[in-house]
Amino acid sequence: MSAVAEVPASAGGPSKFTKINEAVIRIAGNSQDGIQAIGGFLARLAGRSEQEVMTFMTIPSTISGGPSIFQVRIGSGEVLSAGDEADMLLAFYQHSYEDHIHSLKLGGVVLYDSDHVTPKPEWSERYRHVGVAISGKTVEAIGGTGRDKGKNIFALGLLARIYDLDVPKLKKLIDERFGGKDTAILQNAITCFEAGYNHQLQDLLKPYQFQHAEIRGGHQVVMNGNEALAFGLIAAGVRFGAGYPITPWSDIMELLRRELPKYGGMFVQCEDEIASISMAIGGSYGGRVAVTGSSGPGISLKTEALGWAIMAEMPLVVVDVQRGGPSTGMPTNIEQSDLNIACFGGHGDSPRVVIAPSGVEDCFYTAIEAVNIARKYSTPVIILTDQGIATRIEAFVEPDLKNICQDLTPDLTPVADHKPYDLKAADGVTRHLPPGTRIASGKYPVVTGLEHDELGHPSGSPKLHMAMTAKRRNKLKKLAAELPAPQTYGPNEGQVLLIGWGSTHGPMREAVDRFRGLGDAVSCVSLKYVHPLPNGLDEIIKGFRHVFVVELNDEGYYGYGQFGAILRARYCDPKIKGITKVDGLTWKVKEIIDSVRAQLSQPAGKA
Amino acid sequence: MSALSFPFATLPRTTGTAAEVPPLADTDRKPLTKKEISADHPTWCPGCGDFSVLALYFKLIERRKLWHEKVTTVAGIGCSSRFPYFVQAHGAHFIHGRALPFASGVSLSRPDIHVFVFGGDGDAFSIGGNHFSHTARKNIKMTYVVMDNFVYGLTKKQTSPTSPIGFKSKTDIWGSTDRPINPMKQAIAAGATFVARTTHTNPNHVLEMMEAAMDHDGFSYIECLSECVEFYAGAFDAANPRKGGKFDLVPKEHDVTDEYAAYKLADAAWPGHFGIFYRNPRATKNANEAKLIADHRAKVQGMSDWQILQKSFDRMK
Repeated sequence: MSAVAEVPASAGGPSKFTKINEAVIRIAGNSQDGIQAIGGFLARLAGRSEQEVMTFMTIPSTISGGPSIFQVRIGSGEVLSAGDEADMLLAFYQHSYEDHIHSLKLGGVVLYDSDHVTPKPEWSERYRHVGVAISGKTVEAIGGTGRDKGKNIFALGLLARIYDLDVPKLKKLIDERFGGKDTAILQNAITCFEAGYNHQLQDLLKPYQFQHAEIRGGHQVVMNGNEALAFGLIAAGVRFGAGYPITPWSDIMELLRRELPKYGGMFVQCEDEIASISMAIGGSYGGRVAVTGSSGPGISLKTEALGWAIMAEMPLVVVDVQRGGPSTGMPTNIEQSDLNIACFGGHGDSPRVVIAPSGVEDCFYTAIEAVNIARKYSTPVIILTDQGIATRIEAFVEPDLKNICQDLTPDLTPVADHKPYDLKAADGVTRHLPPGTRIASGKYPVVTGLEHDELGHPSGSPKLHMAMTAKRRNKLKKLAAELPAPQTYGPNEGQVLLIGWGSTHGPMREAVDRFRGLGDAVSCVSLKYVHPLPNGLDEIIKGFRHVFVVELNDEGYYGYGQFGAILRARYCDPKIKGITKVDGLTWKVKEIIDSVRAQLSQPAGKA
Repeated sequence: MSALSFPFATLPRTTGTAAEVPPLADTDRKPLTKKEISADHPTWCPGCGDFSVLALYFKLIERRKLWHEKVTTVAGIGCSSRFPYFVQAHGAHFIHGRALPFASGVSLSRPDIHVFVFGGDGDAFSIGGNHFSHTARKNIKMTYVVMDNFVYGLTKKQTSPTSPIGFKSKTDIWGSTDRPINPMKQAIAAGATFVARTTHTNPNHVLEMMEAAMDHDGFSYIECLSECVEFYAGAFDAANPRKGGKFDLVPKEHDVTDEYAAYKLADAAWPGHFGIFYRNPRATKNANEAKLIADHRAKVQGMSDWQILQKSFDRMK
C-alpha cells in the first residue's frame, strides 16, 4: 500500500484517513467460506468506482473444501498484475494465517478471526495484528443460529470500514447478488455487512482512503477471462460450438451453453474431446465458424481432427485454457506449456494460427479476431489463454457492442461454379460454400483430409501435394505479413529486452517500470500473435544487448522455454535466453527482476 | 478500448469470378439422373458389395427428387467411406471413426439438409464405437448406413469388430477368438430410434430400407451386409438365395416398437432376419434444441443480438 501522504484535514488537525493509491488485499480461508464472493464484490466495486482492479485466486483441485485464497489489487492508477506482496491479509483460520503471513509486506496488516486464529508472538513485530472475533460476531449479528455462514459478508463490512469504501454501492452489489433469492437471505447479508461495518476497531487501525481515481472513459464492466472470451465469441457471431468438460475450460462451455440459445445458437456437450472438435468442424462446414475448446489433455485428444481442419482448410476456433501439464498435471494451476502443441501439435506439416490474449479485456477482442482470422484465411485458429487469465477478474471499459457485434449468417445464394481449393485463387485462400448452396455447374466439392485436387477429390500426385502444401503455408505467411508489428514497451534500444507472450504481459511491463525507475535500460515486447510471428521482431531484438524470453514453462533440455526455443530457431540469435518457471503461479514482478539480475551476473558463455 | 487488428470483413464466397446465377424454382427442376449424381468412378475392387449400396443411394436421390445441394454425404475412413467422392453433392470425407460427430455438427447447425453418413464396421464399432452410442442416444437426425463386411479391407485383411470367431486374418492367423459385436443389439441398446438390417445382394430391399430410414425423423441406422470379395469372399452367402442361402424378412407379427422383441430378433441364428427391427420415434436433439432456442428467443423478442449481449454486460457492471 503506497501511502501517499498524511493529508491534513481541511479543517485543520490530522486527517482521519491515510491516503493510498492502491492496495493489495489477500483473503485466505477455505473454499466454501465464500471468500471468492468478497473478492468479487471488491472487484466489482472497483469497476464501478472507475478504479483499476486485478484479482488472483487459487482454488483447490479437490471437489469440495480445502484452503483457498483470493487476492485483489485495487488501484487508482494502472494495475498490471495482482501484486507481489499484500498490504492486508484477511485470515479466517490458523492455517490461512500461517500459510499466508509471508505474502504480506513488512509492516502489513493481518486482520484475523480471533475465534480461529492464535497469533504467533514472533510475528507481532513484523506485521500489524488486528484481531476481530469474525465468526462469533457474525453469529451474534444474525441471531445466534450457531452458524457462521455470512462471515465473509461481515468481513466485507470490516474491509469497507478500513478502506472507506462506498457503502451504498457495496450494498447495491449485495442486493444484486442476494436480492433474487429469499428476502431473509438478503436481509441476513445486509445485517452481516452492517455488523462488520459498524464494528469498532478503535485505535487498532487507522482507516485508509483511496486517492481519487482518474476518470476513465465510459462505463466499466467486471468479469473474468473465461467470461470475456465466451462473450467475445458471441459478439463475433459464433452460434455453434461443442465441448467436453475440463477445468479450467468448462466455464466457457457452460456460459455458451446457457447464452447461445438467446441468439438462436447452440452449444453441444459431447461424449468426448474428439467428438467435440469433430462436431465443431461439422458446424463450421455448415457455414459459420464454430468453436471448440479444452485444456491440456483435451487438446492432445483433439489434434488429429485439428489436422483434418488444416488439411481441409476449414475455419475453426479452438480455445486452449492452459493449465499445468503434462497429463492431468496441475489442473487448477497456471502454466504456458501448451505453446508447442498449439503451434506444432499434429502429424504432418500442419500450419495453423495461434494467438494469445494478454489479459481479461484482451480475451474479448482476441475471440473476435480469432473468428475473423479463421474466416479470412479459412484456417483453424487456436486461442491460447491460461488458468490465470481464465479465473481472474478485471474491470475494463465496456466494449461498443453495437458496432462490434458481427453477423455471420451463412449465404446460400446459388453460385455459377466453385472450386474450394483453387490453386489460382486471387488471394491464395480457400473458400468453402456451405452445403445447401446450389452450384449451377453441377460440380460439387468434397471437403477432405486426403491430399486433394482443387475440387477436393483425392490425388496422389506429388506435384499437387507440393502445390497444396505450399498453398496452406503461404496463406498464413500472408497473414504474418498482415499482423501488426510488435511494439516495445519502453525505448527501442537498451541493455535488456524482455519478450513474453500472453498473460506475462502485465507483470513484465511492471518489471520494466521498476527497472526503469531504478535507471536500468530495460524494455519489453509482449506478443499476442505467436504463430505465425509478426514481422519486425528481429529489428527490435537488434537494439538490445540481452534478450530474455519470460514464460511459464520449463527450460527444457537446452535451457530455453518453449517460446524462447521458437525465437532462437526463427532468428538464430544466441543472445536470446530464457527466464522460465513452473511453480504453477503467475509471475511476481520481483521474480522477473531477480531472474534478470541473476542471468546478467552469470559469466558469459553460460546459458 | 482495444482496436481490432482483424475487424469483420466481407469475403469472396468462391475463388472464381462471381457470376449471377438465375433463380431456379423447384418446379422447374427435373429429377437428377444417375449421370448427374455420380462423380468419381469408385475405387472399390470389382465385385465389391459397396457398388450396389452406391447405386441404390443414387436411385434414392433420383426417386425422392433430392437436389444436389439438399443432401450432404459424410464418411470416415475405410473402403466404404470413400463414398462421398463418388457422389455429386456436397460431401465430407472426415477422419477415422468420427464421421458421426462431424455429421451431427452439420445436422444440428443446418436443419434444412438431410445428412447421410456411410461407413464401415471399423468406423462404426471399433474406433468410433463411442460416437455410435452417443449419436444414437441423442437421436440426432441423420441416416447412417454401415456397410459391414466383417473385415478391415482398406488395410488388407485384419480382424474387425464384427469378424466372427474363427475368422483367419493377418492379425489372427490362427482364427479370431474375440466375440464379435452384434451391431443390431448395439444400436437398439444405445437408443437408436430406427434400426434396420439389409444386404447388398437384395437391391430392392436396400432401397426400401434407405427410403424408410430417410423418412424417419431421428437417427436412423441401417446395417447393410456388404461383401468384401477380396478379403472375406463368401461371408454372406448364407443370406443370398442365389448362393443357396436364405433371405428371411422380419416376421410380419414383429412389433417394431417393442425394444425387447427387437433385441431378441437380433439374436437369431446366422444369417438372421432382414427388415426394420426397431422404429420408435422420440424427440430428436434437433427438435429439443430448436424448442430451447424458441423459448429463449421469445424472451428477447424484438432485440437485436448486440442488445441481448448489452443486457448481459449491464449485469456485469
